[in-house]
Amino acid sequence: MSKTFSIGGIHLKDSKFSRDKSIEEFPIPKRAVISMNQHLGMPAVPIVKKGDAVKTGQLIAEPAGFVSAPVHASVSGIVADVAPYTDFLGKKVLSVVIDTNGDEWMETIDRSPEIKHEITATPSEIFKIISDSGIVGLGGAAFPTHVKLTPLEGMKPEYLILNGAECEPYLTSDYRLMIEHAQEILIGGEMMRRVLGDVAGIIGIEENKPKAIELMKRLTANYLQWEVVPLKKRYPQGGEKQLIDAVLGRKVASFSLPISTGAVVQNVGTAYAVYEAVQKHKPLITNVLTISSSDPSIQKNYRFRVGTPIRDFLSAAGAMDKEGNLSRSFSKVVNGGPMMGKPVTNLDGPVMKSTSGFVLFTEKETKRQEPGECIRCSKCFQVCPMRLQPYLLYQLALAGRTEELDENRVFDCIECGCCLYSCPAHIPLLDQIRLAKNVSLKNKRKK
Amino acid sequence: MTSTLLYTILSLSLLGGLLAVVLYLIAQKFKVQEDPRIDQVLEVLPGANCGGCGYAGCRAFAESFVKNPDNPDFFCPVGGNDIMKKVAAVLGREVKDQIPKLAVLRCNGSCEVRPVLNTYDGSPSCAVAADLYGGETGCSYGCLGWGDCVDACTFDAIYINPQTCLPEVVEDKCTSCGACVKACPRNILELRPKGPKSRRIYVVCANNDKGAVTRKVCSVGCIGCQLCVKACPFEAITFADNLAYIDPAKCRLCRKCVAVCPTGCILEINFPPKKQVTKNE
Repeated sequence: MSKTFSIGGIHLKDSKFSRDKSIEEFPIPKRAVISMNQHLGMPAVPIVKKGDAVKTGQLIAEPAGFVSAPVHASVSGIVADVAPYTDFLGKKVLSVVIDTNGDEWMETIDRSPEIKHEITATPSEIFKIISDSGIVGLGGAAFPTHVKLTPLEGMKPEYLILNGAECEPYLTSDYRLMIEHAQEILIGGEMMRRVLGDVAGIIGIEENKPKAIELMKRLTANYLQWEVVPLKKRYPQGGEKQLIDAVLGRKVASFSLPISTGAVVQNVGTAYAVYEAVQKHKPLITNVLTISSSDPSIQKNYRFRVGTPIRDFLSAAGAMDKEGNLSRSFSKVVNGGPMMGKPVTNLDGPVMKSTSGFVLFTEKETKRQEPGECIRCSKCFQVCPMRLQPYLLYQLALAGRTEELDENRVFDCIECGCCLYSCPAHIPLLDQIRLAKNVSLKNKRKK
Repeated sequence: MTSTLLYTILSLSLLGGLLAVVLYLIAQKFKVQEDPRIDQVLEVLPGANCGGCGYAGCRAFAESFVKNPDNPDFFCPVGGNDIMKKVAAVLGREVKDQIPKLAVLRCNGSCEVRPVLNTYDGSPSCAVAADLYGGETGCSYGCLGWGDCVDACTFDAIYINPQTCLPEVVEDKCTSCGACVKACPRNILELRPKGPKSRRIYVVCANNDKGAVTRKVCSVGCIGCQLCVKACPFEAITFADNLAYIDPAKCRLCRKCVAVCPTGCILEINFPPKKQVTKNE
């Protein structure tokens, strides 16, 4: 019997067209723009300057605090610039730009394809390697992984949950990783499990990936501490709090961390990155992304280098015309899944460590309809996985009533977009709620 | 029958009278002593309740004004110096004259000069758009054009010009209350002195990018060439973060900077046409 989370959620057409396309190596870019702000928390501080020669895998920026992560060169070559560059959202972010010259890796990195099963590093060594390798949560939020693995006073981890839900439609990068690198993911997970102090390991996978479930079940037969939990297909199951609810039946209380339930959730991609960092000494400089659309010719999975311009992927997929614009049938590129992803406004922006995919939409698929009036049908409330009242939050946000927004737990919003998706009047609920949340956060920081 | 009616009327009237007396006594007991001058000040104030003075409406302003006789910084931007003199006269106090101001938009990136790169179809609000991303054009500093300033203005003094897609301030209506300045998520509205005969010169750009980057996204942006800084005889123009800024306190409206600006992003307002000026000189 499959499990799922208990509050809200919606059923989406899964549209995972690229599920049978194996991961292809994407060509090294001519110029990599490596952002210093690829994780939540303080942006990293560059330690290279213009004109420096760097090798692939070399440290180029140090973390600026505990909640921060180092950044490594994803290509080898000469540093062309250290300056603010425009990211995919059109915002300026301090970046290190490297003009590629060949592909010379750091000598310490083991690039052989053999799987190294034996874990020789002690838990404290593993923890150090994770924080030194710039590993961040690859499920989307890019929260530095070592922070999540740090024990908090009074909270004892009991479970490590590997998140293979991948509930967003279109995206298949986690699925392909589970199919092609299941063994490595398990070794990576095993190492994180040891860091947390021999907790129980669980892999949560949605039912629409039967091959991955079967493969993981077969492999975990050798590991007593591991269990595979098949999950019903339901969005947003990949959300940290939803996954804990689905797997363990425990609810994360408002204003508390997921660890308070005794569970630490890590993405399968993160587990793979941990494997590479510890066993192969390779920092997080590559990741897997899906590029998908309703057009069968644009449905691929790529392993990419961090800092590759988004434009390169689109032209490789054949979605660009000669003048360098999106070809006519497509009007929108979304970075991430269609539900939580953000629109790409600058095609020259680079991909990040945590980029999971790009979905291309035609105007017909993506155009929002004119908003109507709220008829209090309560659909948004029924689908909200955090049991919030989106229609109320929307009204409060429009009126700027910050205190009442706080009282109605606006900070619990995980921005999954279920309310916006199911609103029959097409009211831009999430737009306003997200704004209210961000404004309120800014005010709190000022205080 | 009639007696029932009579009793009802009598008992209710009695009860009513009794409660009225109780209410009167309570009102006397808990009477709030209020300075009568507050009401006098309130009468003189424009009553726009715009919050431009920094207080929550005219009454809050009046209360604070009466209670703090030593603070000379009170100013009602809507009423201006005339009203403030009257307000001061009520209390027999002096107030400092302040220079009349006006909201100006520091962006000239109209639809023609700033190509649109993407279409935004989310909530039609600048705040939401600015929170989400860099904007429909390549310029991440300029006006978004969704009219949060128009919504914020209680005096109908701003409207979006459909030709330029930019908000325009109606000089006669603007009271410099600053509501639009607060509403703008890009911080490109500024309160500047109205200037003598409403003449003023300012840089209509807020782009902090380097010249080449600015040029690419907008043909009338400040490219940071600093020609205006060199041309200014009064050192009124400062240059920081690839952007020139004219200090209104130092600017003597000589218009030398306007002539040298290669992109035309220094605007002169309400000046007579150029030819007359040469004659005057």
